[in-house]
Amino acid sequence: MRVPIKWLSEYVTVVLPVKEMAQRLTMAGLEVTSIERTGDDWEDVVIGHVVEVQKHPDADRLTLVTVDIGGDENFEVVCGAGNVAKGQNIAYAKLGARLIDARTGEKKKLKKAKIRGVVSRGMVCSERELGLSDEHEGILVITSAIAERGKPLAEVLGDTVLDIDMKPNRADGLSVVGVARDVAALTGETLREPDFELEAAGEPVVGRARVEINDPDLCSRFTLAIIEDIRIGPSPAWMQEVLLGAGMRPINNVVDITNYVMLELGQPIHAFDYNTVAEHHIIVRRAEDGEKLTTLDGKERVFTSEQLLITDPTGPIAVAGVMGGLATEVTDKTKTILLEVANFNPVNIRRTAMALKLPSEASRRFAWGIAPELAPMASRRVTKFLVELAGGKAGEGLVDAYPVISAPVHVSLARKRIAQVLGVDPSEEKVVKSLEALGFTVESKTDRFEIGVPYWRRDVLGPDDIVEEVARMVGYETIPAAPLAGRVPPGVPQPIRELRERARDILVGAGMQEVITYPLTSLEVLGRVVEAEVLEKAAPLTVVNPLNVGQERMRTSLRASLLETLARNLRLTKECIALFETARVYMPTSGALPNEEEHIVGVVTGSRLDRFGNPTDENIDFYDAKAYAARLLERLSVEASFVAHEEYGLLSGRTARIDVSDKCVGVIGQVHPRTVKEFGIEKDVYLFEIRIADLLDHVPPVATMKAISKYPAVVEDLAIVVDRAEPAASVLAEIEGHPLVASAQVFDEYAGSQVPEGRKSLAISVSYQAPDRTLTDKDVAKARDKIVARLRANCAAELRS
Amino acid sequence: MSVLTIEEIRAKARAGLTEVRNDAELETWRVAVMGRKSPLMSVLRSLGELGPEERKEAGGAANLLKTELDQALTEKRETLGRARIEETETAGRIDVTLPARPLPEGRLHPVTQTQRDIVDAFVAQGFSVIEGPEVELDYYNFEALRIPADHPARELMDTFYIDGSGDTDSKLLLRTHTSPNQIRFMENNDPPIRIICPGRTYRNEATDPSHEWMITQTEVLAVDKGLTLAHLKGTLFELAKHLFGRDRKVRFRCDFFRFVEPGVDMAIDCFLCDGQGCRTCKKEGWIEILGAGMVHREILANMGYDPDIFTGFAAGLGVERIAMLRYGVDDIRHFYENDLRFLRQF
Repeated sequence: MRVPIKWLSEYVTVVLPVKEMAQRLTMAGLEVTSIERTGDDWEDVVIGHVVEVQKHPDADRLTLVTVDIGGDENFEVVCGAGNVAKGQNIAYAKLGARLIDARTGEKKKLKKAKIRGVVSRGMVCSERELGLSDEHEGILVITSAIAERGKPLAEVLGDTVLDIDMKPNRADGLSVVGVARDVAALTGETLREPDFELEAAGEPVVGRARVEINDPDLCSRFTLAIIEDIRIGPSPAWMQEVLLGAGMRPINNVVDITNYVMLELGQPIHAFDYNTVAEHHIIVRRAEDGEKLTTLDGKERVFTSEQLLITDPTGPIAVAGVMGGLATEVTDKTKTILLEVANFNPVNIRRTAMALKLPSEASRRFAWGIAPELAPMASRRVTKFLVELAGGKAGEGLVDAYPVISAPVHVSLARKRIAQVLGVDPSEEKVVKSLEALGFTVESKTDRFEIGVPYWRRDVLGPDDIVEEVARMVGYETIPAAPLAGRVPPGVPQPIRELRERARDILVGAGMQEVITYPLTSLEVLGRVVEAEVLEKAAPLTVVNPLNVGQERMRTSLRASLLETLARNLRLTKECIALFETARVYMPTSGALPNEEEHIVGVVTGSRLDRFGNPTDENIDFYDAKAYAARLLERLSVEASFVAHEEYGLLSGRTARIDVSDKCVGVIGQVHPRTVKEFGIEKDVYLFEIRIADLLDHVPPVATMKAISKYPAVVEDLAIVVDRAEPAASVLAEIEGHPLVASAQVFDEYAGSQVPEGRKSLAISVSYQAPDRTLTDKDVAKARDKIVARLRANCAAELRS
Repeated sequence: MSVLTIEEIRAKARAGLTEVRNDAELETWRVAVMGRKSPLMSVLRSLGELGPEERKEAGGAANLLKTELDQALTEKRETLGRARIEETETAGRIDVTLPARPLPEGRLHPVTQTQRDIVDAFVAQGFSVIEGPEVELDYYNFEALRIPADHPARELMDTFYIDGSGDTDSKLLLRTHTSPNQIRFMENNDPPIRIICPGRTYRNEATDPSHEWMITQTEVLAVDKGLTLAHLKGTLFELAKHLFGRDRKVRFRCDFFRFVEPGVDMAIDCFLCDGQGCRTCKKEGWIEILGAGMVHREILANMGYDPDIFTGFAAGLGVERIAMLRYGVDDIRHFYENDLRFLRQF
């Protein structure tokens, strides 16, 4: 809502500097988002009086204008406008003035110029050059009474405009008077109401026009006035000026007056040409499905039965609250105006405006809700202006259909409620004064205040709304910052969240970079990492109104998001990259809501770095990804095994599932080269995925200490030959199965000429230890023999000589 | 005879020791001179074959020599050790300004870091962290928060809707704030309540340097007897100091949200210019960081709490906004571009 200070000053004396007043309004909930000063850059622009206009000797369409600015000499300016004339007051820009170049829109300094052989000293400005509007057809003619030659233009036309971001609760703020009320209350000034005094010289309106409201649920009030003998023409300069400041283009007196009053009081107005309305009879009703009307913009519209129309006996003539019809609009030929000022159901108007894609200042005000009391007031105001400025003759009275008279709102506020909500207890005097300044009536009782709510404050319905009004007036700075006190509720455990946060820290500690990616993707991208059948069976949720193409489906896997992020970063680096994310995937269910599963996915790729951080020729591999996954599980004290596995999108023979107590909690593997290519990656990528919920039951709340033996361990290396296909894990399981073995580790794997074809040799370092004694050579030998025998039996293994 | 042998052993050992240049050679010397097969050890072993008088003399000399050689060994070790150190300090001198070896780069995302700081500030005041669904029912996201269908307040939040879901209340959408979670919690719990609800939220808004369509929010809720706007200010004051420094001041101004009344906006004095006015605070000296207010009576009543006995306060803030302020990030879109050159700065 743009509020020019000059206009605001009509209704309240602005006693504070603008910046301070803007601050007060913002603190009180009318947020001033910007303060624009027109005229800030009119330093070298003054009012000039045109004393002479001559034709340019060398150019047909140019004139030589002599401008008097009250100094010793006059200035000769070359001018291209058609509307410059002797005797006018114009805006004269001196040399050096900063004006907007009409062609480029940029600010430029005015220099002396020779135009077709004649020197032009200065410029006669158009609105565009001054930044007032886009108007550049002619020069700005100044009709203001206070214009004097030599006076700075800023004093005559300049103004300050507050741009206020209104919120829907202060519908009354969509009017200059509404803002003025708050300013008056906040600064201790008195509001000057607009003048509604009107001389009605015409015949009574009742009898010359009729209205019927067929659907009173959608139309709460409808008034009609008649103004005849209208002369369409430009509206006065002062009105054009404030309209421009408020962001509206002046058109003609009738349009301007209706816009002026709409912005002034917050009540939209519509003017019909009286003679085009059949029988001067208006019926306000729901449309019939398929009913048509050509609106003011020339478009033919088709309506549905829930949309409200203004009609006459021949059919629709306007869309209620949204836009008028072409056939009944006020034109140059209009002699008599039938003035509609009405009130409609906010929800209905909002829906219709959205359906027709016709948001406007008018429909916005209806959608936010208007006090029905305003209609006759606004009607009088418009009528008054039409009489004074358009030569009109006002019909006496109004046709006023007001089926359900709005009841005044009354709120009972318990005294203690104020302190109960705010934490401060202002004095009764302060409370009463504050509320009365805002237009409330207050009756003090022993334990409460009985409050009458002014008709324009439709947002105040209950005691807490009154408390807010008190707070606004006494100032929020009077509310102290009290330390939080009271009962501390018992903590609510969130096991999944806690596990996830631990997992994050473990992976970061291991050296992985956390990323956070968008959850919306496309079916095509998801299809790269999720099998087509799976996608079909459990179709990812679709967003009806996505922001971008390729972001319509809710992901059911994190893998694609990580691979995309990896791809983007790979363009910049060759070093080893390890990324992970812990986030949700949205698995469709048969129930109302999807199942939001928390997953962790990590991706690793790149080269190992040398001592200086340069990539070497050695690439990271599966076992690097395994390092992160294994570290995570280990730190959570979860016993997991990696078992060879097949998985869509991962390379066969280099993929494992991660089992905990025989239940699969995740997978790990090399991403299939074909998949990797689809993401535009040309390197080997390794991925692991762990489902947090599946892990939850297997994570002990705390780690338990294992006893440390006081007795020394005996370490020996064994070379065990097994089939190539035999997993190292099963060999280790056999070895570690022996009670005297504390641990066994693979430290080499060899398959070559020294070993039979189809076999491999695993070098394993075995640590023997007893908790209660030092082991002898004999003990170790005995244990070894037993182990080798078991290996031979269960793994077809041989001890290598 | 054994005394002469001892002298010979001593001389040979001493001579050998002076030739020792390093630890390996020292070990060889030790084994040769004092090891199991060394002459000295043979002497000591053969003491038993001698007569008592001779044994006493020879034994004494032999043991004396052993002690002497042990000491010499120790001294030589130390000498070698010192020489090694000196060598390192001179010929082994390094350029300390060369780059360090690369370490793995593990980091939390800056939004996670900021989120944790916010959570910490509230946990310190007795709040529990409660999470909830991102795909929500229209009822919990809007209706239950006093934002009915077709209300202009819906314009303040552009919503993503899920296809194929029902009409009105059972319609599914991507939550536009985490306040729905507060309703869910209140449905199942009685006061006293202190919870924060962090999580991802979504707004159907075009992105630009200060707008993203995925925003991480944290909403705060406290309900009990005796809670006032002053307690809200106090609680948020602690948050402000925790995030932006102990000198911070906070300021409320009137604002509007459908689920609170009174509603406020909170600003901190600019932590960069101390309220003097700079680019970050747009010369205002104050930076708005969150919206808040006293929970609307109707909502408390709907939850089954008597609004004349219980009051509550609520607040909501955007984690990315806080992160941008703290880290001086100029464009919110950096966070979800996940460019390593950005992420690795925090």
